[in-house]
Amino acid sequence: MTIDATDRRILQATAGGLPMTAAPYAEVARWLNLTTDEVMERMRAMQASGVIRRVAVAPNHYALGMVANGMSVWDVVDDRAADLGRQVGALPFVSHCYLRPRSLPDWPYNLFAMIHGASRNEVEALRARIADLLGDACRGRDILYSTRILKKTGMRLADGG
Amino acid sequence: MRQILPDGALDPLDRLLINRLQDGLPITERPFAALATETGLPETDIATRLTRLREIGAITRFGPFIDAAAMGGAFCLCALAVPDDRFDEVMTLVNAHPEVAHNYERQHRLNMWFVLACERPEDIASVAGLIGAETGLKVHLFPKLQEFFIGFRVEA
Repeated sequence: MTIDATDRRILQATAGGLPMTAAPYAEVARWLNLTTDEVMERMRAMQASGVIRRVAVAPNHYALGMVANGMSVWDVVDDRAADLGRQVGALPFVSHCYLRPRSLPDWPYNLFAMIHGASRNEVEALRARIADLLGDACRGRDILYSTRILKKTGMRLADGG
Repeated sequence: MRQILPDGALDPLDRLLINRLQDGLPITERPFAALATETGLPETDIATRLTRLREIGAITRFGPFIDAAAMGGAFCLCALAVPDDRFDEVMTLVNAHPEVAHNYERQHRLNMWFVLACERPEDIASVAGLIGAETGLKVHLFPKLQEFFIGFRVEA
């Protein structure tokens, strides 16, 4: 899954978004002095290899009323964790869902699912739905609400190859 | 933009666009063509509406979603249990590292959660080691073993 310097130029040029026109890739091609076909072929190849997950709209969930979120964490028995993780990740109110190692004895949880809702109460209700889904495969649970952003710098692409 | 849109900011077509365009669009010369046929809204009108939706903050962007790890970088979620009376001091030490991409205070005994973003996988352990030495606290490392995100939709 390697990308070359031209791929990187395409990703950097579109990091802030595609031009909002009926033919956005033609415009990107003009910016970079490439042909439209080359831009599209390279982006399709990057999508096939997983570098690009998808081309889509990123909604501002806060503006759209989903103002509450919580990091729910679960201790799920290992032999069912991947299967159940997939089901939790498919829920429409879960934005990120990961299996991670436990850090015993301080931290017994291996499944992390970020829940978004319109209020703290709604987040708690959605969390109960995950608990139902996990059933007796879940041995412990918690939820962590963020109280402050201490630092936030966007992911930056390194320059060069 | 940490502000909820006022009532009436979106009409039904805006909502349809937000809901539908969260699914991937094909990488084709005219990516909105199918949606235009389906909705009866010309492609240029779709583009104009998207521009407005970004201006009012209903969407943050329209474009490729990148898997940062697939680009060759390495990422790791980390957590610390910081004593209350040392919180600001530890926050300063942690945030001083350029590899700390974001950092959140959370309500838990593990109360500081940050993501390390490094060029090379081996840098994760060395930066985490430095933070542990500087703060005198155990750095809990939570690298992702598997990720599942497919379903998330914001209903506009």
